[in-house]
Amino acid sequence: MTSGFTTSKGWLLAILISLSPALRAGEVSVAVAANFTDTTRTLASHFEQETGHTVSASFGSTGKLYAQIKNGAPFDVFMAADIRRPERIEQEGDGVASSRFTYARGKLALWSPKPEAFDSAPHYLTEQTFARLAIANPKTAPYGLAAQQALEQMNLWSSLQPKLVRGDSIAQTFQFVASGNAQAGFVALSQVKAWPEEKGTLWPVPQNYYQPIDQQAILLDRASNNDAAKAWLAFLKSPAALSIIQDYGYDTVE
Amino acid sequence: MLETYWDPVWLTLKLALLTTTVLLMVGTPIAWWLARSRHWSRQPIAAMVALPLVLPPTVLGFYLLLVLGPNGWVGQLTQSMGLGLLPFTFEGLVVASVLYSLPFTVQPLQNAFEAISEGFLEAAATLRAGPVDRFFFVVIPLARNGFITASVLTFAHTIGEFGVILMIGGNIPGETKVLSVAIYDHVESLEYTQAHWLSAGMVAFSFIVLVTLYALNGRTRMGAFR
Repeated sequence: MTSGFTTSKGWLLAILISLSPALRAGEVSVAVAANFTDTTRTLASHFEQETGHTVSASFGSTGKLYAQIKNGAPFDVFMAADIRRPERIEQEGDGVASSRFTYARGKLALWSPKPEAFDSAPHYLTEQTFARLAIANPKTAPYGLAAQQALEQMNLWSSLQPKLVRGDSIAQTFQFVASGNAQAGFVALSQVKAWPEEKGTLWPVPQNYYQPIDQQAILLDRASNNDAAKAWLAFLKSPAALSIIQDYGYDTVE
Repeated sequence: MLETYWDPVWLTLKLALLTTTVLLMVGTPIAWWLARSRHWSRQPIAAMVALPLVLPPTVLGFYLLLVLGPNGWVGQLTQSMGLGLLPFTFEGLVVASVLYSLPFTVQPLQNAFEAISEGFLEAAATLRAGPVDRFFFVVIPLARNGFITASVLTFAHTIGEFGVILMIGGNIPGETKVLSVAIYDHVESLEYTQAHWLSAGMVAFSFIVLVTLYALNGRTRMGAFR
C-alpha cells in the first residue's frame, strides 16, 4: 500500500493518514443481550462491509453484562434487553447520556421444537403434562422477567415452580428447549426466527401479559471518542438496520 | 431468607457426600485393578480415568447434555425405565459429579494400593485368608491414608464443582442450585453481600478441610516412623 510513497513527504502523509481517527478503520466492542445474538451477527456483517470498521461482540444476559461493565469490562457499547440497566449506567456516570435510545422492542414466545406440542398454550401451561419448562433467570435476563410477569398474569407462576428450569441467559434457555431437555420454554421470538428448523410449536405471548421489552443501547464512557462505536449506534438507526431488526421479529420504535 | 441461604449449603453437602460414597464404591475396584493389572488396556483406562482432570468442564457438560438428553442413549434408557430425564435433576448432578471427580478418588487409592508390597498379601494367603479377607483386613488398613485422601479430595472437589453443573443443572432452588451456582447468581445480580457470605464460608471451609488433611497425613507419617 505504501509502495507508491517513496519520498519522505509520502511517508509522512501515510503516517498522518494512519493516525487520523476519522479515516482509520476502527474497532467497536459491543456487549449485547443474548436475545440479539443472531440479529447482531447479521447487522455486524452489513456494518463491516459498509464502513470498514470491525465489530467484536460479546453476548450474555443483560444483568451479567451490566455487572461486567460495572467492574470495568472493556466494552464500547452496551446493548441491553431492557431500559433499566442502560438507564442505571447513565445515572452512574458510566455512559454518554445523550446516546441512549431504544433499538428494538422484543417479543416473548412460548416455544417447543416439537410439532403440535400444544394446541392452546394457556391450557398446556395449566395441564402441565411436561416435565420441564425453561425460562431465563428473571434476576439477570429481561426475557426471564417478562416470562415471570406473563406467568403471574395467568396465575400460574407458583403452581409451575417445581417444573421451572432457569437458563443463565435467554441463549441457554433456548438451548435447553432446542436440545429437548426441557419440553418447552419462554424464549425470544427472534431466536425462533433464527432457528433453522421450520417445525415446532410457537405461541407469541400476548404483549399485554408482560411489560414491554424495550431494548436500549448506550455508548459507554470509555468510547466517547470512538468513531467506530458512534458509527455503530448511528447504523442501528438506519433504515437498512431497522429492516434487518424487524426481519428477526422485533418491533422498532422509530 | 434464612431458608434460601441454607438451601444451597445443604444441597451441596448432600451432593458431595453422595458423590463421595458412590465414588468410593466405584473407584476402589478400578484403582485396585489399575494398581495390580498388567493387562495392555491398563494405560488407556488410566488415561480415561484422568481425562476429567484435563478436559474443560464444558466438554463434560456438553456430552452429558447430549447423552442424558431425550435423544441420547442414556436419556432413552432412563425414560424407558420411567425415570424421566436426568438433566436438571439432583440425580443428574450426582452422575455428573461422579464422572467429574473420578480421578480424585482413583488416583490416591491407586497410589496407596501400589505401595502395598506383595509380601503382605502372600503372607496373608499362607495364613489361609481368602481374597475378600485379604482385601478387608490387609489392603484397607494398609491403604488407610489413601482412602482418607481420596474421600477428602473427592468431597472437596465436588463442592468446588461449577461449570458442569451450570450447564446441566438449570439453577433450580433446592434441586440443582448448589453453592457455587448460588454465588455466581448473586455476583451476576450484583448482590455482593450474599456473595461475600457464601464465598467467605467456602474459603474457611476449604481451608479447614486442607489443614485437617495435612494434619492427618502428617500424623500417620510420623506414626510410621515410631
